[in-house]
Amino acid sequence: MLVARDLLETRIEDLLSEYPFVGSFFDSQQLDLEGAGEMTLRAFLDKANTAIDDDDAQLSPEEVAVRLSEHIEQMLSFLEDDRERIRTLTLLPGTDKSGQPEGFERIDFHAGQTVCIVGPTGSGKSRLLADIEWVAQRDTPTRRAVWLNGEAPSRQWRFSPTHKLVAQLSQNMNFVMDLSVEEFLRMHAESRVVADPEPLIARIHEEANRLAGESFDKDTPITSLSGGQSRALMIADTAILSRSPIVLIDEIENAGIDRKKALELLVSEEKIVLMATHDPVRP
Amino acid sequence: MKLVTVCGPPSSGKTSVILKTVDALSGRGRKVGVVKFDCLSTEDDLLYEKAGIPVQKGLSGPLCPDHYFVSNVEEVVGWGKKNDFDLLISESAGLCNRCSPYIKDVMAICVIDNLSGVGTPKKIGPMLKLADIVVITKGDIVSQAEREVFASRVSLVNPAAMVLNVNGLTGQGAWELSTLLDEDDRAVETLIGRKLRFSMPAALCSYCLGETRIGETYQLGNVRKIQIEER
Repeated sequence: MLVARDLLETRIEDLLSEYPFVGSFFDSQQLDLEGAGEMTLRAFLDKANTAIDDDDAQLSPEEVAVRLSEHIEQMLSFLEDDRERIRTLTLLPGTDKSGQPEGFERIDFHAGQTVCIVGPTGSGKSRLLADIEWVAQRDTPTRRAVWLNGEAPSRQWRFSPTHKLVAQLSQNMNFVMDLSVEEFLRMHAESRVVADPEPLIARIHEEANRLAGESFDKDTPITSLSGGQSRALMIADTAILSRSPIVLIDEIENAGIDRKKALELLVSEEKIVLMATHDPVRP
Repeated sequence: MKLVTVCGPPSSGKTSVILKTVDALSGRGRKVGVVKFDCLSTEDDLLYEKAGIPVQKGLSGPLCPDHYFVSNVEEVVGWGKKNDFDLLISESAGLCNRCSPYIKDVMAICVIDNLSGVGTPKKIGPMLKLADIVVITKGDIVSQAEREVFASRVSLVNPAAMVLNVNGLTGQGAWELSTLLDEDDRAVETLIGRKLRFSMPAALCSYCLGETRIGETYQLGNVRKIQIEER
């Protein structure tokens, strides 16, 4: 764990060379680092606090340093990708809606598997998925527990913005940004602190074109992609760039997209794929 | 009684999130009241009433909404205590992106929505930067990538916050949020003597006092001029 006090005595240029990603943190805090390289963080923050005429700098240097250390921890955990790869998710039984113990011992979901969740409306599909997303620890209405890799997981899975257990793909989702396919993928890669985004961008674009019936260029604005193309891009991007180990999909319609290839891509990226469906008969 | 301040830009889903969260809390026997602070008009109080939640509404009218909030929050706490609430929720909009009605040692929640765009977290300022919990809404209609980028921008601005996704329509995530409110054990007897986490936007110029004419001659008091850059 980084100590905020130590960060305060570190020179800005040393911070930037050790943690190159912290530039965007300072930018988001509206702190301009220009000419500050030689200063310690404390000296820089003291100076910034006196220079700003709005009292917008009411965070003390200590408070900023604590936030910076949180940020660095989050980013470092991004970079150590393998540390917490989820190989198994285990569901332990709780009680059903009438309070009776559930009739299973444990259910294991493995990376690379696709599991269909079947049942009529009101049967508890949403609650099951919510239990997984919230990493239930006998503290949800169902009293179920969820384990990751065979043990009770850390609480950070619940609250961390950067460690979400479940990625979602649904028919209702749209792109809302005004960017080209390439810009969009680059932005996603940058938010994940990917060191060399170009090969990933090329690969996602290629996979998306393999899934979509009609191919599209990297300069196409994402908002003008067809329904099938959008969905193909969302699936390829989630498979390759999302860090969430579990992907929840509501039904993939066959319209405009190759359903089988889409699932193959997701499981080949070692995701646990959960598919909610009202229609268990279809393969 | 516990107090929680919920704020966020207009239409970010504050009321929906609160309604679903109170529903979960009531299910566990908690008695919850809500105060809705707004500017010119609101009909959200009717939504709370319809849900059977005791509600007060405060409209700031011509005054700065934040100044109005801080001048009335103690009265509202008095109302909550008189009614024996376990929890009082104050809902207010952050209208000028400089607003932040958070109080030291009182749980602070910021609600923002995925549709507002990835540039928004940086623009919102102290309302986001100083929140204990950030609730992100409308995640069901944007792509996974946009959700991830948005959340990472939120966490750049406020790395210390717990971040939760709540769907205001289905209530997904609201039960989880309700458990966080239950876990908070900071009771409030009175707010007298307590401090805001962040100062309110400065005011007091001639326009605060009813001036309507335009021109430098009429600008007195706390006035700040734009710097026009020569290119």
